[in-house]
Order: sequence, then C-alpha cells, then structure tokens
Amino acid sequence: MDTQAILQVENLQKHFPIKGGLFSPKGSKIVKAVDGVSFSLARGQTLGLVGESGCGKSTTGRMIARLMDPTGGRILIDGVDISQLGGRDLYNFRRKVQMIFQDPFASLNPRQTVGTAIAAPMLAQKINPAGGLKNRVKELLEQVGLKPEHYNRFPHEFSGGQRQRVGIARAISLNPSVIVCDEPVSALDVSVQAQVVNLLQEIQRDTGVAYIFIAHDLSVVRHISHEVAVMYLGKVVEQGTREELFREPRHPYTQALLSAVPLPDPRAARQQQKIRLRGDLPSPANPPSGCVFRTRCPLFGTLGAELQQRCISEIPRPASAAAPACHHAGLESAAPAGVQ
Amino acid sequence: MTQLQPSPGGQPATRTAHQAAGTAAFLDVRNLSVKFPTDDGLVSAVNGMDFSLERGQTLGIVGESGSGKSVTSQALMGLLKGTSARVTGQALFQGKDLVTLPESGMRQLRGRNIGMIFQDPLSALHPFFTVGHQIAEAYLVHNKASKKQARAAAVDMLGRVGIPSPEQRYDEYPHHFSGGMRQRAMIAMALICEPELLIADEPTTALDVTVQAQILDLMSELQQETNSALILITHDLGVVAEVCDSVLVMYGGQCVESGPVDEIFYDTQHPYTLGLLKSMPTLSSSSGRLNPIPGQPPSLLDLPKGCIFSARCEYAALAGDGVCAGQRPELVVEDGHGKRCHLSGPQIVTIRNTR
Repeated sequence: MDTQAILQVENLQKHFPIKGGLFSPKGSKIVKAVDGVSFSLARGQTLGLVGESGCGKSTTGRMIARLMDPTGGRILIDGVDISQLGGRDLYNFRRKVQMIFQDPFASLNPRQTVGTAIAAPMLAQKINPAGGLKNRVKELLEQVGLKPEHYNRFPHEFSGGQRQRVGIARAISLNPSVIVCDEPVSALDVSVQAQVVNLLQEIQRDTGVAYIFIAHDLSVVRHISHEVAVMYLGKVVEQGTREELFREPRHPYTQALLSAVPLPDPRAARQQQKIRLRGDLPSPANPPSGCVFRTRCPLFGTLGAELQQRCISEIPRPASAAAPACHHAGLESAAPAGVQ
Repeated sequence: MTQLQPSPGGQPATRTAHQAAGTAAFLDVRNLSVKFPTDDGLVSAVNGMDFSLERGQTLGIVGESGSGKSVTSQALMGLLKGTSARVTGQALFQGKDLVTLPESGMRQLRGRNIGMIFQDPLSALHPFFTVGHQIAEAYLVHNKASKKQARAAAVDMLGRVGIPSPEQRYDEYPHHFSGGMRQRAMIAMALICEPELLIADEPTTALDVTVQAQILDLMSELQQETNSALILITHDLGVVAEVCDSVLVMYGGQCVESGPVDEIFYDTQHPYTLGLLKSMPTLSSSSGRLNPIPGQPPSLLDLPKGCIFSARCEYAALAGDGVCAGQRPELVVEDGHGKRCHLSGPQIVTIRNTR
C-alpha cells in the first residue's frame, strides 16, 4: 500500500506557544494542537479526518497544504519531505496540493469575478494552458457543473452550492495530486450537499486526485472516504478502512462518536442504545496525563483501579491500522458497538 | 421553584379533533404569512402556514435555508414587530393572537410563557455581562423577587442544565464557556421562568455531535419535567427523527407535508420530503452516488404560480396537463397527515417503491 502512497504523514506536530502576559515568561506553556499524527493516503483515494471541533483536524489539513508550518514530523508527497520547503521549492510544491475551504462566502474575493478567481492559481504558477487561459477556465466551469457564461459573474450572484463549485474549479485548475477539503459541504443544505459530494467523487474518478476530507459529519465521511482517521485532542485515536471503522469501531471515543450521530430513522433511533460522553473537550493547553481521552471515556469508569492507573500514567501507543490508541480497547465496555 | 401543572387533556391532538370538539388548541397557527418589502420587490418568506400544537408535544419544523422556518418562529415570538415585515394571519396562543398583540402584551408573554433558544449562543449572550446575571435578569423581569432570590433561581437552573459548579460559573462571562456550555446557559435562560412554549431555532447546529446528543437529551428531559410544548426548528432530519412527535416540512415558505414523525419517515407523501430523505448519506448506506434534488430553491421574490416545488420536482409530469406548473396545490390533511401535492396517494407510493 505504501509504495503507491501519494501522501505520507509521519509524527506530525504543531505546537503553539502561549504568549505569556506581562509577568509570565514568554513561551512558558505550549498548546499541542497536533501531536504526533501519522497516516498515509494512496493515490486516487480519500482519507476522512473526523473529530470534534478543536481536535486538530483542520490544523493537520492546513499543514499538509503548507498554509501552516509544522513544528515537527514529516510530510512526504511522492516520497519527498515537503514539511520544511521554502522559497522556490515551496512555490513549485503548491501545484501538487490544493485546498477547498468550508465557507464558500468567505473563500472567494467579492470584488473578483469567478473567472479571475479560477484563473488565479494558473497565473500565479505561470501556466499557459493550450487554447488560452480563458478557455481553460471555461472548461473548468463546465467540469464543475457551471456554465461558461458564468465567467464574468461575481460571487454574490451565486448560491452557496454554486460558490463551492467555483472553489472546487479553482482547486482542480492545477491538476493537483492531493486536495485538502476542509469541511467542504458543512455550510450547504442537504439537497445541495449531495450535489457537491457527487461532483467531488466524479472528479476523483476522472482525474485520480486524492482527497483529505475533513468533516464532522460522519455520514458524509462514511459516504466519500476509503480510509478514516478519528482525531481527539491533537492525536489520531483510531484509523482504518471505512468498512472496519464504521462496522466495528474499537476505540471507545469512536464508538461514542458514532453513537451520537442522530439517525434519520425514528424507529431505529428509539431502539438504539446510546453512549453519551459527558462534558466537553478538555483544554489542549492543559491536557490530561496519560490517555487524553480518559476524562470522558465511558470505558474508564468500568475499569478496576489497576487498569485505570495505566490510563492515567501511560500514554497509549499511537493508533495504527492494527490497533487503536487505547490500552484497553476490546475489553467489553457497557457500550454497544457502533451503529447497526 | 413551582412546577408547571400539565394542562388537562395535554395529549397530542390533531386540528380536526379540536374543531370537532370545539376546543382551542394550545397553539393554533392559521394562515400565517410574512412578507418583507425590499428594494427588489416583496419577499414572500412565509406563505400561509397552518399548524397546531399541544402541551407536552414536540413539533419539528424542517426545511432548507430560505424555506421560512426561522421567520415563522420570529413571527410567533413577535420579533418582527416594529420592523418592515408584514405579518398576516393568526397565531392563537392560549386564546391570545400573537400577530395582533401589541409589543407591551408580547413583552409579558416573552420569557414567561414563550421561551426561545437561538442557534448561535455566542451572539445571543451579551459579552459584557456575566452569564448568571443575564439568566437572573430574565427571572427578575417576570417575578417579584429580590436579586438574591433571582441569583438562587439562576444558580439552580444552571445546575439543572448540567453545568458543573453552577455557583462559581454564575459569575463567569460567556467567553469563559465552551460552545456546549453556552448553549446550556441559553437553555437555562429560556427555561428560568418555565415557559409553556419553547421555540428552539437550530439549537444544536453549531455544536459537535457528541455535545448535540447531550443537549437534545437535556431538552427532552426538561420538556417532560415541565410538560411544555416544544417547536424545534432544524435542517437535520436525524435530529427530527430522534426527538420530535410530529413534523412539518417547509419549502418556499409553505408547509408541503406535515404529520406524525413515523408517517413522515415511513409513509412519505411529498416528492420534496422524499428528495430530502434520499439525498442524505446515512451511516448504513454503502458508497455510490447520492440522489440530490436537482436545481435550486425558488426565489422568494418571484414565486412560481403553480406548485412551488414543481420546477425541481422530477414527477411533475405524472400529474398531467401541466397542472403542477399552473396551479398551486392546497394542503390536504387526511388522518393527521397533510400534503401539498397534485399527485395522488397511489402515484406517490409507486414513486417511493421505484426509487
């Protein structure tokens, strides 16, 4: 699998120093927004990155697109580490990874026509497509389901779904190998969301682009992803193929997350046994010792003192395809597994 | 704090049952319309809504953005009074018409009898005042109580909505709270006077699924405790399936389908509802193409003459003779299940089975 991996992320870290106040020394504390994340993504495949807000999924995506600089670890694209690139090399790298943003209202310049917006990456990279820039933009517009005559229109003339299509056209204009989609459909209505999800899948089939698909909506992630990684407080707690992860979630957090998704099926919803997490995500500036999930873990309370001690004192091994990041996964918890 | 008494006969009942018995529903909305004059013309945000609600019942209003669900709730809360909006029709709440009631009368109902929970707790809470102060204020307005009593009531309420160490949290500001805690504080504020009717406008949309599950559980618990009526406005059919007794599906400012929750999901009668259900990816669905509803919602400036959904409806041809495009269907209610569609019941069943 790794031989055809287009993207490999190894032990990726992003630590933010907290600026001290007047009387506290600068950098006395750090927030570990992303702390040792590893995964790989095969060509033409989609990796879903899920978790609650503040878990570091967007930061991970931004580092892969090099919109943020990692403070540790490696990002390999086609076997080349791009985490430390600068200058000319960074400029050339930009062709390979593009990004689609969540808010189609904020990610387009209101004073630019969509034609200009879509042409911008090609202009920046000094690419002269055969047949001219304008024709290429019109082609792209058609490819994402808009019309060539939309070229001279402004973003405010489009609906949310159409704007997201413009964002997609801009992202695919350089034929990238990887697109980081940061909550691309979260702002859209269900009926429009389905249109955009279909479009993303069509583009993947046609061009073989790989996606990092960041979302909090697990049903969309299940639909579009081949592999899924679940993040909690800066760490990947479980990863695996879509089938494995949704059929048999092994980490107690994944189990709780899946169980919290409201089912559009009233009878099933009434019957489903639910696992409820208590409280909120702990502050990443002051994470719990040992396993970061233990403060909310439904399994933790069912363990004996000796086993609990291990959760408190020992950091679990990072999640791999073989095992989740949990000392006691597989022990029968009170929790039922996943969704039927 | 006093517990609210359940109203006699607080069972869900259909509108027709009420009319037969000659009694008034707890909340009875008739032909409610809201129009906004703008520079571009008259925006028809809500076009003739009819529904009724009993105590102890949860009504889900579902629809996409621009379908008029939030405007409906604002009209019920009297939040459109003093704006350019033209509100017509009736909304009888315990016999009082919320549409014609003057602002002074409305102020007495708001908070005391009708509570509201907004989507974004950060913009609904005032950043300059402590959370506790804002909750106690709601209590002081409607009760002859000392500040000390109001504080005690607010602390009690914060505890009931599941905020740990409420006594300390009372003196903290909204920015000290996480998203889920702020939403809990909003719920505490809405419930401090134990209103009989609670309107929640996308109360969990800004929250993570794990926190959403907590908040939905909490709202159901509190509703059962106080036997209040709940209107839950959402775009998430999953949320509706989990908490609502009955559902009203809105499209283009109209109710296109309404009925008990099981009937809406398992005996769907309107092509739009069908489209919504089919376009959702589910946790159990296998990969493949999703089935989106083609096209975009209609412009509220210029609604089509016929069925508002006809332009996006794949089955408009089935009704024959361009009737869908030419004639606006009426909301026909049969056995508590209403639909606004020209297609006959058997036709809908065929559509449902072939997809």
